[in-house]
Amino acid sequence: MATQRATLAGVSEGESGKLAALVGRRSFLAMLFSTVGAAFAAVCALPFARYIAYPLYAAGSHSHWVDAGPVSDFTSTSEPVRKLINIEHLDGWQQTVSQQAVYVTRDAGGAFVALSSVCPHLGCSVAWQSNSKTFVCPCHGGCFAPDGSRISGPPPRRMSALPTRIDGGRLSILPPSA
Amino acid sequence: MSRTEFQSNALTERSGARRLYDWIDQRTGIRSLLRHILDEPIPGGARWAYVFGSGLLCALFIQAITGVALALYYVPAAGTAHETVAYLTKQVWSGSFIRGVHAYGSHFIVLLLFAHVIQTFVYGAFKKRREILWLSGVCLFLLMLGMAFTGYLLPWDQRSYFATMVGTNVMAEAPVVGPLLKRLLRGGEDMGTLTLSRFYTLHILVLPGLILTLIALHVCLFRRAGPAGTPQDDLIKPQRPSQPFYPRQLLMDAGFALALVLGLVGVAHFLPITLGPATNPASTEYIPRPEWYFLPMFQWLKYWQGPRAVIGIVVIPSLVLLLFAGVPFLDRRYERRARKRLFSVVGFVLPLAVLALLGALSYRDDRLDPRVRLQLAHQKDEEARYMKQPFVPALEAYSFANPVPPSPEIVAGRGVFLAHHCNFCHGDDAAGTAAAPRLVGIGEQLSTEQLMGLIRRPNAKMTAGKMPVFVGRDDDLHAVVAYLQSLR
Repeated sequence: MATQRATLAGVSEGESGKLAALVGRRSFLAMLFSTVGAAFAAVCALPFARYIAYPLYAAGSHSHWVDAGPVSDFTSTSEPVRKLINIEHLDGWQQTVSQQAVYVTRDAGGAFVALSSVCPHLGCSVAWQSNSKTFVCPCHGGCFAPDGSRISGPPPRRMSALPTRIDGGRLSILPPSA
Repeated sequence: MSRTEFQSNALTERSGARRLYDWIDQRTGIRSLLRHILDEPIPGGARWAYVFGSGLLCALFIQAITGVALALYYVPAAGTAHETVAYLTKQVWSGSFIRGVHAYGSHFIVLLLFAHVIQTFVYGAFKKRREILWLSGVCLFLLMLGMAFTGYLLPWDQRSYFATMVGTNVMAEAPVVGPLLKRLLRGGEDMGTLTLSRFYTLHILVLPGLILTLIALHVCLFRRAGPAGTPQDDLIKPQRPSQPFYPRQLLMDAGFALALVLGLVGVAHFLPITLGPATNPASTEYIPRPEWYFLPMFQWLKYWQGPRAVIGIVVIPSLVLLLFAGVPFLDRRYERRARKRLFSVVGFVLPLAVLALLGALSYRDDRLDPRVRLQLAHQKDEEARYMKQPFVPALEAYSFANPVPPSPEIVAGRGVFLAHHCNFCHGDDAAGTAAAPRLVGIGEQLSTEQLMGLIRRPNAKMTAGKMPVFVGRDDDLHAVVAYLQSLR
């Protein structure tokens, strides 16, 4: 077929053989170039991939117990008590302190329950509405009962309950790791 | 099966890929573009002497990629620059390697620039209708030196701070516009956070933009004039049989690029890049030294003092630069062979030799002066010691989201720390400098009583390091100890 084409183009039989060999060598070289080049580039990309992905590894910093105040602060039985806790966490190259609101209530057995104010839907801050006795998320209207269970709206589950413990009359809370 | 048949079968088998290629070609003309690039005729054939231009392109590409990677962690402000460079060098995976490739890459580029210029000069490839091509190259040369100068400051360690201090002060020596130029570049009278922003903007936006544009012009003009070939050949109508760029020259260029990459990787791996302690502007001992390619200029400035300085700092360098830019206008004869244009060659080699000599003299001066030699060795040790310390994240007291104010006593203690100039040696936020150690975390090592005792009555080692006796009120002492204890 190639012979036919070459002859049609006005090239003699012998020359067409040389032409085909030349074209073969050139495209083979091109293949070689691109394959070796691509493999080399892939190897070179490795340190960059590690470098870029580092924060994913470093993010897993452990959280530790945070003091939320004396137990006497949380005696209200009618409403959850809003409390700001200071959370220290590693933010890239710096250590930051940020505040987060938690709602402290008691369960049926009287044990403390600390509800994270972070909505389980998309992370907005849920606020307590004392007139309707519900937690309402301002973003998409998710609604939660005083114990944190889901009532209505898009959130997929109840509000997160954070671990609590009592140390010498003070309530400590374990915030989720950053 | 004959070879030809085999070939044609292979073609029909790949017809899917071919059809896609045809489809793209009809819309972009990629085939003729590739042919235009790859089949460029080189008079006299491929040579290793022609690899420096594409080598430069390759090195610049590496700088661009590593530069983007560095920008991922770097924050250009006086309070954060050093911290973030320390973080990416000591903590981030491959960070030291990537920063090393970028920093050493600048040395490679300067070397390649010289090789490219010398090859072009020796081959007489700047002659006949190539004047603008040469001029665009001269501009690129200067812009690359600008990149080296602006990039040097960014780590904001002792070395880069003082080297840039000297570099910008040199600028102020220029008559009339000098002082204004210096203040504009620094963003004020002193070096500070605005200087960093300016250098960073120049380094990552302005200069790269200019360099990219000029490279496009340089390459277009080169293709228009055509490769010059060997010095024996005619520049306008080459007589020698030519050879297409692909595959031989491309193979040579690729081989050289590979050697470049391997060389850079090797240097960055076996000579890990270092970072000095954070800038301490109050240090009076520090001796700054520029990189080797600015060393000749640095040495040259030593010889010019007083009212004549303007001749040495402005007039003579400008003349040399003009001479360099004017090469194609001065050496205008048709003759390309180097041995037939001795006058021109001497005029070119002489300034280069003077530069090399000045560099060697500067190096010798530093070795002969025992005080300088000791201090330079000391600075090197400082840097090595700082590199061995693990990275400690700075405590940011005021989070951007929810500020948590520190106690009034700690705030007062910080005021005392600054009022008594503790930061001059111990650094801002007591992060430590070359002059005095880091105090962050000292509260975990020493008790309150020990801290108060040492501040009132420094021990022998502290006194030797020029730690003064604290003579303030007891309240202030309590406050500063509370401040130190708050640093974790």
